Amino acid sequence: MISAKNVNKYFYIPEELHALKDVSMNVAAGEVLVVIGPSGSGKSTFLRCLNRLEYANSGSITIEGTEVLDPNCDINEIRAEVGMVFQSFNLFPHMSVIDNITMAQMTVRKRSKKEAEKKGMELLEKVGLAHKYNVYPDQLSGGQQQRIAIARALAMDPKVLLFDEPTSALDPEMVGEVLDVMKNLAKEGMTMVVVTHEMGFAREVADRVVFMDGGQLVEEGTPEHFFTSPEHERTKLFLSQIL
Amino acid sequence: MMNYTGLDRPKKPGYYLFWKAMFVAICLLGIGFIYAAADFVDYNWRWEQVPQYFWLDKDLEVRSEAEGDLTKIDKTAAGYTLIIQDGGHEEIVNLPPDANIFLVEGDYVYMGDTIAEYRVSKPGILLEATYVTLKVSMLAIVLGIIVGILAGLMRISENPCLRWLSVTYVELIRGSPLLVQIFLWYFVAGSLINAMLDKVGLSAIPALWYGVFALAIFTGAYVAEIVRAGVQSVHRGQSEAARALGLSGQQAMRKVILPQAFRRILPPLAGQFISLIKDSSLLGVIAVRELTKATREVISSSLMSYELWIACTIMYLVLTFALSVAVQYLERRAVR
Repeated sequence: MISAKNVNKYFYIPEELHALKDVSMNVAAGEVLVVIGPSGSGKSTFLRCLNRLEYANSGSITIEGTEVLDPNCDINEIRAEVGMVFQSFNLFPHMSVIDNITMAQMTVRKRSKKEAEKKGMELLEKVGLAHKYNVYPDQLSGGQQQRIAIARALAMDPKVLLFDEPTSALDPEMVGEVLDVMKNLAKEGMTMVVVTHEMGFAREVADRVVFMDGGQLVEEGTPEHFFTSPEHERTKLFLSQIL
Repeated sequence: MMNYTGLDRPKKPGYYLFWKAMFVAICLLGIGFIYAAADFVDYNWRWEQVPQYFWLDKDLEVRSEAEGDLTKIDKTAAGYTLIIQDGGHEEIVNLPPDANIFLVEGDYVYMGDTIAEYRVSKPGILLEATYVTLKVSMLAIVLGIIVGILAGLMRISENPCLRWLSVTYVELIRGSPLLVQIFLWYFVAGSLINAMLDKVGLSAIPALWYGVFALAIFTGAYVAEIVRAGVQSVHRGQSEAARALGLSGQQAMRKVILPQAFRRILPPLAGQFISLIKDSSLLGVIAVRELTKATREVISSSLMSYELWIACTIMYLVLTFALSVAVQYLERRAVR
């Protein structure tokens, strides 16, 4: 499904930084991959390279066989197949909830308004917010906004969903509702790449866990292996600090 | 009373009362000063003469400009047609249908005789000029918005040609006097364009339109900077979210960025357009009879400079205030 090979990414502003060092990773269809690591380890950068919100400097990233780093590829077409959920939700504040969900369907997928709204209401039902279809994002709590953002991504019928620390900006009591939605998606067989600090979620839902540090992929394995018998010193140190 | 925000110590009720009274006192002082100044100049105020320049409503006598026999009075739906004949010469006088004609067919008319009388009731010169100012300003605002959005988007484009064109345009236009620009538009660009139009058999573009172009291009430069700032103020996450959904850069700009930028740039845009209404007073120099030029004309014939300049100011205030109210309404509607 997704295959990343020797991905390197440099930032030059504010100062030169080798953010990703030869990162290689594969995600199979239907798999839930959780990426963990200390802040600044490059996990978000890696996620953003997958749909080219950041342009990787070298290496290869293919999604369903299409090379993302090829400058001539139709990146908009690829992005339409790759849903993304952001840490800060990034709902469109000038649109009602239902318009947030239908806008891209109509613009990119060329669906009729009726079709798009039907799909939108189904998804709102799914995330438990059908009654909020006509309010504006600023009238919703963080957890509700993030569920809407998930519905917005799902509305495009993506083949894979990328989550960039979806619960980090939420109040503790709202984390659960968002994780529940994500768990249900995993059960339905959605392919997901999740950058998170929620170790409980990783342990329970992940098919595979990847640990990144200093721009490198340090260790990967099943959650069981990962949380009970990590091999690398850095992984052990990280887990001991957060658990 | 304002809600207590908690950032400062709560104010006592007397605080607000005192400063409200202070506001009224300052206003009264200002009015008093103006009154004293008007009294000092020992001016003969003739306010009763002013309304006629806004609405002309009076009996108008029609005097004959020829001498001869009134041979025929024709009444049609459009009015009366009088024919005065003197030898071979025929003078035709047209009158509105409500005219009161003092003569009958066959009367002999001397030059300067009162033939008829009718009532005219129509907008006066200052009202007509206000309409011209309004028209010029509105056209320039609409064109200025279009030019400004284009230039503003060019300014943040990746294409160096577009970006440099926009920077050059903004710097040149913002840095040079509007009066000079109006002259250039009308006397240089205008002569050339009108000559070319004449060559291909089209009629010339009137001065008013050159005035509109000059104002629109001038305002566009300021609007461009406002638009640029507005677009750049929209959080980066918004365009990322839009692009991540598969929208193209253009679609993201149109559906996500510009609507949000628009809400933020409304207040500075309003200020710019109020400026534009006042700047339109410069169009008098290319013979567009807008409010200021009309006021000068009327003053030179009536010598009521104080009353008419005050009236002129009030008309500008009406226009600018109406614009402020309209923009505030838009802002309230687009509060999200």
